[in-house]
Order: sequence, then structure tokens, then C-alpha cells
Amino acid sequence: MADASAKQVLFEPIFSNNPIALQILGICSALAVTTSMNVTLVMCAAVIAVSAFANLAVSLVRTQIPGSIRIIVQMTIIASLVIVVDQVLKAYAYEISKQLSVFVGLIITNCIVMGRAEGFAMKNGPWLSFLDGVGNGLGYSVLLIFVAFFRELLGAGSLFGVSLMPVVNEGGWYIPNGLLLLPPSAFFIIGLAIWGLRTWKPEQVEEPEYKMSRHTVKEAF
Amino acid sequence: MAKAKETVSRTLMVALVLSIAFSVVVSTAAVMLRPAQVKNQNLDIRSNMLAAAGMLESGASADEIEAEFSRFTVRLVDLDTGEYVDPSAVGVEDPMKYDMYKAASDPERSTNIPAKEDKAGIKRRPNIAKVFTLEEDGELVRVVLPVHGYGLWSTLYGFVSLEGDANTIEGLGFYDHAETPGLGGEVDNPRWKSQWVGKKVYGDELEEPQIRLVKGGVSTDAADKEHKVDALSGATLTSRGVENLVNYWMGDRGFEPYLQKLREGEV
Repeated sequence: MADASAKQVLFEPIFSNNPIALQILGICSALAVTTSMNVTLVMCAAVIAVSAFANLAVSLVRTQIPGSIRIIVQMTIIASLVIVVDQVLKAYAYEISKQLSVFVGLIITNCIVMGRAEGFAMKNGPWLSFLDGVGNGLGYSVLLIFVAFFRELLGAGSLFGVSLMPVVNEGGWYIPNGLLLLPPSAFFIIGLAIWGLRTWKPEQVEEPEYKMSRHTVKEAF
Repeated sequence: MAKAKETVSRTLMVALVLSIAFSVVVSTAAVMLRPAQVKNQNLDIRSNMLAAAGMLESGASADEIEAEFSRFTVRLVDLDTGEYVDPSAVGVEDPMKYDMYKAASDPERSTNIPAKEDKAGIKRRPNIAKVFTLEEDGELVRVVLPVHGYGLWSTLYGFVSLEGDANTIEGLGFYDHAETPGLGGEVDNPRWKSQWVGKKVYGDELEEPQIRLVKGGVSTDAADKEHKVDALSGATLTSRGVENLVNYWMGDRGFEPYLQKLREGEV
């Protein structure tokens, strides 16, 4: 890991080692904040900022952190950053922060941030760790934006709040698919995205846990 | 090195230094951003009220919202008597600072609603409510009343705006709810809300509030069509909740005593 290049660290998490699609982390917020593109972009920016700076801070103090309290130390750092981000959003993007409600606070429990702090920043220098945080944040964002694109377009007939397909309720022709505005729909889209990604990059396909043996016993007939 | 890192005193030291450092970061952010946040919250309340009154142009700037809002007079009303009360009675100088929803959870300042009268499903009602009136040349042209009640999943918070006769609806809007998007969430749909304009809350005798949300649309020759609004399709329970909460707040346990006095020019 120590000899990982900056480029690799930054771009690998986007498709080759995507935190949502390959590691299946951070699914909860991917369901909750993807009903509209605006909200999703703000959430993505928040996660990128938190994971980048949390990685940076953890990496800076990594030689000082006693092993027995390292998780708590990481949590303190992450939680503080999340509070700062939440305060900034409330001051400068009030409307969107109202829609994100508790989900900004819940970045604290986003496994991606914690996982990168413990898994990467504890062992690598500050610059690489920072890039790793940005990279994983980007990986998270790519998938969220993909999900939000379909949910907003097909669920509300609009993108970024701009109506593209006028919906029936407002006098247009498009009958929106209400399911896409509900959280479960994100599961379908994430599932399809993972399928697509693994078809494109077959090395991500996991080994089957067992193989069916051939049917050998001759039964009736 | 590795050994020195693991001693108890060292661990405590790191924990202490880190806690102090990050509490400074967090509190600095909170203190520095506070003014901007308060401004946003105030603006939010004002624009919600104006939106319900149908006086908010989309994309209005903060100054425009402020200017429009300042035409209104903010007053506190005792719901039982229907009389205005002085803001000092609730311990504030500026009536805008009074939070009736906070008061509703304080037993000292609210009343329990008996279950069978609790149409809106809110359990407690504050004794004093905040209303917004707009007068032109000494004549009342608009009164905006806060309403809330239970829908299907959530409590809906909003405003009803009445014309100067304290009977004709001028607008209605909810600014906070968590109803199903696309079904009950359509309470935010401008087309649906526009049907409320011109409906009458009370009948000719000005008795009980008569608002009904009906299925299948309101035809132009329907009886009592001035009290009927088309319900939301696919959202029977949210529609019922909206009907109940409007009727509760316009009823004798809500703003009716106040509206009566307003009509007769007694307040």
C-alpha cells in the first residue's frame, strides 16, 4: 500500500474499487438522499469534504494515536468535521440542508469515512490519505448521482428541479413513476448499476461461495 | 516508541488534547455561522407564511420577502376568548419570537384536547396563537392563520390565508410534512392548492366550518361546491387529515371565536 501512486489512490475508488458498488458500504444514505439531483450533489460534496479532511487529520496524528483508543479518536475527528459541515450548510444552503435533515449528521456513521480512516489513513502519509478520501468520496458521488439521475428524471420528470417531462398533475403528459421517489427504488438502481459495472469489469465478480454438484441419484422414472 | 504510545497517561493525554482541539473547531464554526443561520430561519418562516397567502413570487429575493412581510402585523391571539393579547403576556417583546408549537408541549401554556374533539390529531393546543393580519386603509384585507394536524405519516404544518370577510379562503400551504412523495406529498402541488382559492370555510349562518375534501372532483353544479375541494388522488388519509385539520382550526376550539370577533370588528 505504501507505494501506491497518487493517481491510483485518487481514481481507483471511482470504478475499479467503488465503495458502494464493490465494497457495498454507505448504502443507507444512497437510498435517502437521491430523490433529486440538487440534494444529492450537496450531500456528495459534504461526504467528499468529510472523508478527505478526516483522512488528512487522522493521517497527521496517526503516529500519536494510542492503539487502544484509535477508533474513538477517529470518531471524534469525523464527528467534529460533520458538525462543521452541517453548520456551514445551515448557514449557506438552508433549503437543501432542510431536505437533507438528519442525513448530514448521519455522515458520521457512513462506513466509507470510517473505513478509509481506519483502513488507509492510519497507515499512509497525509497527502495520499487526503487524496484517498477525495477518491472514495468521488466513488460514492458517482454512484449517488447515477441513482439520483434516474430517480428524479423518471420519478418527478425533472432534473435539477427543471421540468423536462411535464407531469400529469401539473397538466403535462408524463405519468411519473411514484415508486422511484420512495427509498426502495434506489435498491433496484444500485443493483442494476452493480450488474452493469461487473459486466464491464468482470474481475469484480465474486467467486461463488459453493458450486452445485451434479445431480447423480436416479429418482423415480 | 511503540511502547511509550500505549501508557495510560499518554492515552489520557492524547484524548484530552484532541477533545480540546476539536471542541474549539466545532464551537468556532457554530459561533461564526450563527448569524447567517438565524437569518435563514427567519427568512424561512416569513416566506412560508407569504407562500400560503399566495403573495410570494418564485425567486423572490430576501429583501423582497422582507418588504412584503413587513406589510403584515403580527399579533398574538388567545384562542379561548378570541381576543388579542399583549406579547408581554407570553414573556416576549416581539410577537414574532413567540413559538406556539413549543408552547403546545408546555402544560402551563397549552390545553389538552379531549380525544373526541381532537379531529386534527394533535393532542395539545397552545392557549395563545400567532396570527398575521394585513390592513389597507384601516380595513382588514387578509388574515393568515397557522394550522397543523396529522395526515398519514406525519404532522403537517402550514398556514391558511383568509380574505377580509374572515370566511373566504385566499390560499393554503404546508411548509413541513413527510407525506408520501407523489401521493400525499402532492399537498404541495400548486395546481391542487389553487383549487382552494375562493372556497368558503363557513356556511351562510357562519356556524361550523364546512370544508370537505371529496373524491372524483367538484363539478360546477355540485351542492355546496363553495365548501368542497377535490381530494388528492391516491392519498385518502392525507386528504382526510387536511380536511380535519382545516375544520379543527377554523372550528370553535381553534380560531372561530377570534374570526367572529374579527368579522364584527370587535378586535
